[in-house]
Amino acid sequence: MSLLTLAGVTKFFGGLRAVHRVSFQLSEGEMLGLIGPNGAGKTTLFHMISGFLRPDAGTVTYAGKPLVGLRPHDICQRGMVRTFQVARPFLRLSVLENVVVGALERVTHRREAVAIAGEVLELTGLAEKAGSMGQSLTLPDRKRLELARALATGPRVLLLDEVMAGLNPTETGRLIDLIRAVHGRGITVLLIEHVMKAVMALSQRVLVLNYGELIAEGPPAEVVRDRKVIEAYLGEDSAGPET
Amino acid sequence: MLRLGLGAVSGAALLILPFWIPSTWQNLLITTFYYAYLGQAWNILGGYAGQLSLGHAAFFAIGAYTSAVLASQYGLSPWLGMFVGAGLAALLSLGIGYLGFRFGLRGFYFILLTLAAAEICRLIALHLPILGGYTGLFINFTPNPWQFQFQGKIPYYFIALGFLCLACGIVWLVQRSKLGSYLVAIREDEDASEALGVNTFRYKMIAYALSAALTAPGGTFYAYFQFYLQPNTVLHINHSVDIMIRPIVGGMGTILGPVLGSFLLELLGEFSRTYFAAGVAGLNVVIYGVLLIIVVLFLPRGVYPTLVHWLRQRPGDSR
Amino acid sequence: MTLYVQAIVNGLLVGGVYSLMALGLSLIFGVMRVINFAHGDMMVWGMYLSYWLFVAAGVDPYLSILVTGSAIFLLGAVIQRGLVNRILEAPHEMQILLMLGVALVLENAALMAWGPDPRRVNTSYGLSTFWLGPVVFDLPRVATFAVALVLALGLYLFLRRTELGRMIRAASDNRIGALLVGTDILKVFTLAFGIGAACVGAAGSLMTPFLPFSPSTGIFFTVTSFNIVIIGGMGSLLGAFVGGLLVGVSESLGAVILVPSLKEIVSFILLILILLFRPQGLLRSSR
Repeated sequence: MSLLTLAGVTKFFGGLRAVHRVSFQLSEGEMLGLIGPNGAGKTTLFHMISGFLRPDAGTVTYAGKPLVGLRPHDICQRGMVRTFQVARPFLRLSVLENVVVGALERVTHRREAVAIAGEVLELTGLAEKAGSMGQSLTLPDRKRLELARALATGPRVLLLDEVMAGLNPTETGRLIDLIRAVHGRGITVLLIEHVMKAVMALSQRVLVLNYGELIAEGPPAEVVRDRKVIEAYLGEDSAGPET
Repeated sequence: MLRLGLGAVSGAALLILPFWIPSTWQNLLITTFYYAYLGQAWNILGGYAGQLSLGHAAFFAIGAYTSAVLASQYGLSPWLGMFVGAGLAALLSLGIGYLGFRFGLRGFYFILLTLAAAEICRLIALHLPILGGYTGLFINFTPNPWQFQFQGKIPYYFIALGFLCLACGIVWLVQRSKLGSYLVAIREDEDASEALGVNTFRYKMIAYALSAALTAPGGTFYAYFQFYLQPNTVLHINHSVDIMIRPIVGGMGTILGPVLGSFLLELLGEFSRTYFAAGVAGLNVVIYGVLLIIVVLFLPRGVYPTLVHWLRQRPGDSR
Repeated sequence: MTLYVQAIVNGLLVGGVYSLMALGLSLIFGVMRVINFAHGDMMVWGMYLSYWLFVAAGVDPYLSILVTGSAIFLLGAVIQRGLVNRILEAPHEMQILLMLGVALVLENAALMAWGPDPRRVNTSYGLSTFWLGPVVFDLPRVATFAVALVLALGLYLFLRRTELGRMIRAASDNRIGALLVGTDILKVFTLAFGIGAACVGAAGSLMTPFLPFSPSTGIFFTVTSFNIVIIGGMGSLLGAFVGGLLVGVSESLGAVILVPSLKEIVSFILLILILLFRPQGLLRSSR
């Protein structure tokens, strides 16, 4: 059954149509990929699902309840948590403290939150860095921390915004394994991704966004062969001679 | 263990100290504790939650005037009046906070909002007959502890010290609680906090109200230590600066920052008064300003964090 | 009715010099993103210099703006080179603290030099007035307004028409961009701070014929400048100009409608309304 449903979601920035009538469903336990060229409106869509932006039209429904108008923390408290494309660790806090802030979403006492944070750090392979300051982390570790903080809130749905961007192939491989493990724990995942390898490896189904509109949907292997998708990614010129 | 011993020794020293020192030094210590207390109250909002306020004089003045007027008009003891003042200060802070945080004012814009609110309070206070207008409000001295009035400096010394310890205790509790973790997260990155389920509006409001409510009793103390209140002094922007400057110099977002900052600035002030200001009005403040500039240029994170950093980096550290 | 017209006229006349003062603050903020908490104290130094030149050598304040403008330009340039330049990347609170330190030094140095009593420049024409219909015009206020307007226009032409001015505007629009095209950023910063300071120094001189002042006057003008710049829009020069006139008029009307000592409350309420509903200022489009 559908856990998250978007219907006709639209957003304008001034005269620019950033997202236009996007509708899709995300089922409980699914791992759904959202791809598209730069500027296609992926992050804007994420902002609207997570409450940072309000759609100009359309509805977002989560677990049977409308989400539009709720603030991001409300949405997080209902079990849907997002990460940021550019990782935003709390720079002057330790890695443990960073994750504790996430964990405090489900418990009141710091002691319990520290225990949860410890488990999450173990799972995400950051345990050794628990005492390091956020600002001293390398890019791959920042990405992991971003994921760890989100996991600490105990989400039902995880919205991942380009967690692979800027990582080398080895690091990407490790993060893919980690996301698989997270998904294996029953967490529904919606991921925006630029790294095709990751999308292919992870997604059960893929949505393609171009100029703010959904242009394709289906299993990853089919979607990458779709003419419209190839055109969108390579530009119409390269697809031109074949038509 | 060493830390505990050090704490016990300095605690005992603070308890017997006032009986051994001349009255000017008693005054100096009272001022130090009192400004450290105010700085600690400011620190909750400015240092932990990262919302800089240049209008805390308003909450201070509410504490001072509320207790003084309730005492003179209705005979209510300032010991009780200070709670009324704290409540009113919290209410005002919630009003300012609601506007500022709902409308998303950050950084300099929030600073200006707090400044404007305090200035409006000053202008209103100047025109309220019950507060004495430009002449100010005099409090008659009648030595009676229940009326917060004491012979000699020593009782004030212990009250100021007690206030300070209480404020430090509260901040210590905050720091170890969910509230503290959330405030610091908001200071570091508001959007990221919000994404992790932190109701940033609500927690900023809590921090503001707590900070304002703690500031007000400082005003009550001032009223019954000086026995004179004038809007252009207690509500002046310079007074707001006095409140915020100590935690910034000492180190924002740390418990010891405001205390250390207050000690340093009081010592600097006294030093420049004694050694440079022989008869020349203003020179001591010039020196004070120069020292402030030096602190900013060379210890930009505040004295306490720099000190901690330096101690940790020292080779052969046994920690 | 005449009362209100009179108030508006007086407000506009004072507003002209407010504009000049705020132009200085806006220029400094626009280029360096630093908020000059010592702005009013620089102004007070301009006032005292004019006072001193008048008392010691009989130089008219409208002439001595040449001296005070240059002197405060130097003061600003030195403060930029020696202090502000080192904290451009520092956190907000540290920048504010530094400028507060500068303000304390300037205010109390003035206190040391001239004492706490209010001073006034008593020119021969100080009390001259003339009538236009039912409205009375203060000669010194009119002269001050005219000179402030000329200086503001001069600044505008400088920023528009000269190479240096273009460099300053480029840096104000886009600091990194200006760096990339090889602008000597330090020179631009020093110049901008100096010119901003010169504006407020000259504004101070221009007010001496009709406004008594003391060392503690500075903070009041600092806050007024903040008001104007926010109302007009941070970093917008046209906004600072219009904002100055607006604040002048609103305070003048406030003095008539409320009581004179409450006049500033109008501009503070205006400030709060702008902060809440139009934080980019009246004259700036959002983003």
